[in-house]
Amino acid sequence: MTSTAHALAPNRAERLVRSAVVLYIALLVAVPLLALLSFGLSGGTHALVEALRSPVARSALWLTVWTSSVVAVLNTLLGTATAWVLVRYKLPGRAVLSALIDLPLAIPTLVAGLMLAVLYGPLTWLGHGLEARGMPIIFAPPGIVLALMFVTLPFVIRAVEPVLLEIDPAEEEAARILGAGPLRTFQTVFLPAIGPAALSAGIRSLGRALGEFGAIVIVAGNIPFRTLTAPVYIFGEIESGTPRAAAAVSVLLLLLALALHGLAGFIERRIGARHA
Amino acid sequence: MLESVQQTQTADVTPTTLAAVSAFAEPTHLRWAHLQPAGRALLVATVGLYVSAILLGPLAALGVELAHVGLGATLQALAKPNAIAALKMSLVLTAISVVVNTVVGTLGALAIVRQRFWGRALVNALADLPLAVSPVMIGLAFILLVGRDGWLAPVLDRIGLKVMFSFTGLVIATLFVALPYTLREVVYVLEELGTSEEEAAATLGASPWQVFWRVTLPNIRFGLGYGVLMALARSLGEFGAVLVLGGSISGQTQTATTFIHDALEERETAGAYGMAVVLALTSVVLLLGLEWAKRQKKVGRP
Amino acid sequence: MKIRVEHLSKRFGSFVAVDDVSFEVADGSLVALLGPSGSGKSTLLRILAGLESADSGQVWFDDESATDLHTRMRGVGFVFQHYALFRHLTVERNIGFGLDVRGVDKASVRRKVKELLALTGLSGLEDRYPSQLSGGQRQRVALARALAPEPKLLLLDEPFGAVDAKVREELRQWLRRLHDEVGVTSIFVTHDQEEAFAVSDRVLVVHRGRIEQNGTPMEILDNPATEFVARFVGEVNVLPASLRGDTAHSGALQAKVSGEVPAGLAHLVIRSYDLKLWREDPGVATVQRVVTFGDRVRVQALVDGAGPIVAQFPRRSSLLKNIVPGSRVQIEVTTARAYPAETSSLHPMAAAQ
Repeated sequence: MTSTAHALAPNRAERLVRSAVVLYIALLVAVPLLALLSFGLSGGTHALVEALRSPVARSALWLTVWTSSVVAVLNTLLGTATAWVLVRYKLPGRAVLSALIDLPLAIPTLVAGLMLAVLYGPLTWLGHGLEARGMPIIFAPPGIVLALMFVTLPFVIRAVEPVLLEIDPAEEEAARILGAGPLRTFQTVFLPAIGPAALSAGIRSLGRALGEFGAIVIVAGNIPFRTLTAPVYIFGEIESGTPRAAAAVSVLLLLLALALHGLAGFIERRIGARHA
Repeated sequence: MLESVQQTQTADVTPTTLAAVSAFAEPTHLRWAHLQPAGRALLVATVGLYVSAILLGPLAALGVELAHVGLGATLQALAKPNAIAALKMSLVLTAISVVVNTVVGTLGALAIVRQRFWGRALVNALADLPLAVSPVMIGLAFILLVGRDGWLAPVLDRIGLKVMFSFTGLVIATLFVALPYTLREVVYVLEELGTSEEEAAATLGASPWQVFWRVTLPNIRFGLGYGVLMALARSLGEFGAVLVLGGSISGQTQTATTFIHDALEERETAGAYGMAVVLALTSVVLLLGLEWAKRQKKVGRP
Repeated sequence: MKIRVEHLSKRFGSFVAVDDVSFEVADGSLVALLGPSGSGKSTLLRILAGLESADSGQVWFDDESATDLHTRMRGVGFVFQHYALFRHLTVERNIGFGLDVRGVDKASVRRKVKELLALTGLSGLEDRYPSQLSGGQRQRVALARALAPEPKLLLLDEPFGAVDAKVREELRQWLRRLHDEVGVTSIFVTHDQEEAFAVSDRVLVVHRGRIEQNGTPMEILDNPATEFVARFVGEVNVLPASLRGDTAHSGALQAKVSGEVPAGLAHLVIRSYDLKLWREDPGVATVQRVVTFGDRVRVQALVDGAGPIVAQFPRRSSLLKNIVPGSRVQIEVTTARAYPAETSSLHPMAAAQ
């Protein structure tokens, strides 16, 4: 073996640096997550089930799962529509809007929650009016949905945009020449291309929504059985010194998040995309 | 007509400038004339409402609310020692995170993309995980590791290192959440780049060190810049993990975000809104930087 | 510099890219590695540059072992297929790179770059970036950059693959002139036989990681060592035949062959311009198609009991009189070779396309 001749083969220093980086990532990421998993599962499934028997925990989990699912679906549909409008229609201020779409990636989630709480809170005519008509947003599930929609806003848009830009106009023209209507064209030309991208981004927004804490904690009000989501419940249990209950719910959410993460990654590798 | 449309379209498949983007909008518009005007209007209205309700409205509301509370009261609240300490803490944490992640992101990405070693795929996957894990769970995971009864508690006791509710805890939490951003971005750019320029440099007599500084780094600089800005934003904005690990002790482990949280609990709205606006404005500046880096990345590609 | 390669082998997983290859390149010559894509010729070139390490075998530069020498110590100039110009550097900085990293003083670098710009006809472009150049210009920058450190060996990987046909022709002639002027030992990889023959002193035909033939362009054209070489260079017909003495019989067709092949089954290889046909009834074949392109005409005919065959003629050839699809024709083979019938597949033309 004459590996010395290989031009870009790592030398000793490079291998040393690599070991250090690998160690850093392992210590920072793998070890704590293993600690969480092992603690959460240490009592066996029985203890896990026992901890989840708590009605508060169950309702918190259920609230998180259904609001996140609603958000994932809305985000997939509306995100695709937004990408469509941004790419294909000439609208004034589009460049600014396109840049603003990334704001949720740059703004602290807590600040996002605060902004929503201000707009939909009792202080503005909007929030006041909605509440007066029996549709409270803040301290209610719709507020949670809005907060989750904010933090996941760019996911689907940014995944679909490049795919839309890459579709060969000739394909679309061919479909039109062959007599396909707008809907049929969308189905045959666009959907197969943007579908997987939108789907994987939708799955990512579900995963993100399941774990969101900062944006929700202000908006939701955290009332047990009504607006207490699972991450906030976990936080409460940590604060009150009952890590067992916190770990049980965490492990459940963590496994779910990892599964979704893996699934989205699988789809992205199949279509050669990358995620935001 | 059709031909010219096609040309503009093809030319803009990968738009490099905003000018190009708007240039191709007109023909698209015409091409899609067949979509019923009503349908189009409905689609645009839906999207408009969506973006307004989620993004533009809340952004505006914060501004209006700030004006309502009054600039004087806000500035006064922000001038208090604990507010300044919290902001300072956030800046220090962000600075550390940016430095560490620039180094780790670059070197880690180089190792993952350019070297073949056992466990490479696993490391790549691990580096991505913080994106999938809730900040609160991260906090809990570290408590189980370094807390009173944690795995590492005996070791930490012996060397006298306090992690929980301390600066160290805040640093660890921030490093965890910001890890993926630079690394992933540089991995992506390196994969796009290929190795031929580095090989060319080697045939021309450049040492590995020269190859890195003269060829690799200049080629990844915009991708790295984008990743660093993302890491910066994420570090500055982290809330859940620093709340759990740091405990938000006023004047000690309180950060800008946990300051807002505590101020709201204590009904100190002026301080909360003021700090929120400071962070929001910072993120708008960051956003401009991100857009710039994004455009440079595209221009830089052949 | 003289190059000697001994028993070089390289595999990627189960794929054998280079299979026990040995050859020598004389000092100052220009040699082509010719072969289809995937034949291992690029890998061979990369091993010579030290960009790839061989699993076994030796490389000698002027009787000194270069096998374990790091790329940057080899003093080899390499021109990459897609040029690999440094996109963040100007033309001037690109060309001067190899001198810069060696710590050559700025004034000398400037002087050398200026010289090379003049030599490669790039003067005036020194402040451009690679993205602002045409394909042909990038090619020349890549060459100038490789030549700047005055390499003892110049390696070029499909140097003209990425430019269009007209520019390619120009660059070919230019490369030959440049080589004669600079005199550096050069090896280039190509899949284009015309290119190999037009430019080089010697051609090494590579196939499946092995050298099929090592000879001058004339030797390879006139005496293809193997059926692969015969098929690869020029448009050829390959027909199954039985050999008796020096005559091959393929259906109704007969041909005198050169080459020492034992009697029995053989593959008869005839270049499309090495046969004549004219109208004659009953004859041995039926014309199927007559296609004119440029100054040449291709006639495709079906030989009774053998198969399709293609002949080329100059457009004004008197032989073409009255030849239309359906005509019966007689065929005379002027030159042909026979090879042992060991290749399993028989696809005339396939290799030549």
